[in-house]
Amino acid sequence: MSEQNQQAVVRYRNNFLKEVETRVEDGEWVKMCMQCGVCAGSCPFGPHWEHSPQKIFMMIRAGKRDEVLSSDSMWMCTSCYNCIVRCPRKLPITHIMHGLAHYAHRLGMAPKGQPTREITRLFWNNLAKTGRVNELKFSLALYFKDGFVQGINNALAMKGIGIGLMKARRLNPMELLGGHKCMDKDGIHKIIAKAREIEERKQGYAT
Amino acid sequence: MTKKNYAFYPGCSSQKGASASNFATSIGVMCEKLGIQLNEIPDWNCCGASIGYGEGGLLPRMAINARNLALAEHHLPGQDMVSGCPACWLSTRETAEKLHESRSLMAEANEALKEVNLNFKGTVKARHIVEVLVEDVGFEDMKAQVVKPLEGMKIAGYVGCQTNRPFGIAGESFENPQYLDRMIETVGAEPVSGYDQKVTCCGGALAFSEPDKSQKQIRDIVESAYDHGAELIVTPCQLCQANVEIYQSEINKKQGTKLAMPVVYYSQLMTVAYGGTLKQAGLNGHVIQPEKLKQIASRQK
Repeated sequence: MSEQNQQAVVRYRNNFLKEVETRVEDGEWVKMCMQCGVCAGSCPFGPHWEHSPQKIFMMIRAGKRDEVLSSDSMWMCTSCYNCIVRCPRKLPITHIMHGLAHYAHRLGMAPKGQPTREITRLFWNNLAKTGRVNELKFSLALYFKDGFVQGINNALAMKGIGIGLMKARRLNPMELLGGHKCMDKDGIHKIIAKAREIEERKQGYAT
Repeated sequence: MTKKNYAFYPGCSSQKGASASNFATSIGVMCEKLGIQLNEIPDWNCCGASIGYGEGGLLPRMAINARNLALAEHHLPGQDMVSGCPACWLSTRETAEKLHESRSLMAEANEALKEVNLNFKGTVKARHIVEVLVEDVGFEDMKAQVVKPLEGMKIAGYVGCQTNRPFGIAGESFENPQYLDRMIETVGAEPVSGYDQKVTCCGGALAFSEPDKSQKQIRDIVESAYDHGAELIVTPCQLCQANVEIYQSEINKKQGTKLAMPVVYYSQLMTVAYGGTLKQAGLNGHVIQPEKLKQIASRQK
C-alpha cells in the first residue's frame, strides 16, 4: 500500500464518502445521486463497465473504498458527457469519474496496466514536457509501453495508418527531432509544479 | 467588410504537420469571406484534452488553461477567445466557469500563474468557432457568400460529443442538434434526415487505449451514414474526424467490412462553396478521399 494511501486510510477511517467529498473533483455531488440509472443507460461504453456510475456512487456511500478505487470503471469514461446532460439531478458525473480515476491513480490503487490509465500518464507527461502535445512521440510512447518487441509489432500493425497520415501531411516524422513547443516551457513546468503543490497542501497529502 | 477580432486558440492538433492541420488550413478562406479575424494567442499551451485528467488532476489542469486565458486577456484585450477544437473549447470554458464560480479556485490558479508573473482576471469568454458562425455571423450571411453550391451532395452531419455536450450551441438540444444540418443546407447540399448516430461518441481518446470498443462505435457511425444514403460525413470535431476517418481501414481489416466513407470538416464544405481551391480547403489532407468534393473544388464554376 502506498504511503499516501495509508495516510488517507488513517485520516478518513471508515468515512469514504467524506474522503471523496474532500479530495475528489466534484466529489461533494456524490450524495445527490438518486439511483435512477440514466447514466448507466447513457454511457457509450456501458456494456464494458465493471460498475456503472450509479453503482459507484452507491458503493462510495456504502464505504466500499477498495472496490471503488481499484475498479476499472472510471477508466472506461470516453468524456462524451452524455451522463452529465441527462442526469435529472444535474450531477457532473463525467467530472466525478475523472476525479475518482485521478485519485485512485494518485494513491496507487488504480488497476495496474489499465490501458487508459497508461495513456493518460503518457499524454500528460508528453504535454507537460514542452507545453504542447507531440502526436508522433505520444503514439510511439504508446506503442512501446510494453517493451521494444511489442512496440515494433504495434508500430508495424499500424504502419498503413501512419503512412496514410504522413502522405496527407497530418503526421510529420520530423516531430521526433523536437517539434512544436511553447517558448516558455520552463514557465509551464513551474505553473504545473506550483499547482500540484497547492493541491497537495489543500488536500492534506503532506501531513 | 469590417472584420471582427477574436483571440484564437488553435490547439495542438491544428499545428503544421499535426492530425488536424488541414482543418487549420481550411478555416482561412471561410474566415476571410465572413469577416472573422483570428489573432493567435501568443505562446498558447495544450489544454490537457479530455484524457490529461488521470495524471494531471484538477488544479494543474485549471492552471494551464488559466495560462491561455490570461495570455488572451493580456495580449488581446476585449476579444472573445475562440477555439476550433471542441476539447480545447471545453477545457477552456470549463476552467473559466469553474474559476468564476469559486473564489478559492481562482486564487489558487492565480497563485500558480504568479510563478510566471501572469494573472487571470476572469474577463475572457471562451467560445467555439461554430458559435461565432451561428451567433455572430448567422446562417443568412454564411449563405450569402456561396458561389459554388454543393448541389446534389448528400451529407451526414455528425456532431459528435464535445461540440454538443456539456455546453453545446445555445438553443440547441443535446439529443438532436440542428445547426450542422442547417450549415449543410447553407452550402447547398442535402443533410440526410434521420441520421441516428449524429451525437454518438467515437470513443474519443479511448480509440488509443480501447481500440475494439471504440471501433464498434466508429463502425456504427459510418454504417448509419451509408444506411441513410450519405456519400460524406461532415463534423465539427478534430478527434471525431481523425478517429472516424482513420480507423475505417482497421475495421475493414478485422471485420471484413468495406467501409470507405470520407469524413470532412464543415469549414472544408464552406471553403469549397465559397470558391476556395482544393488546397485552401485542405482536401489534400485525407486518408479516404472526398472525391466529389475535390471535383467541385477543382471545377472553374
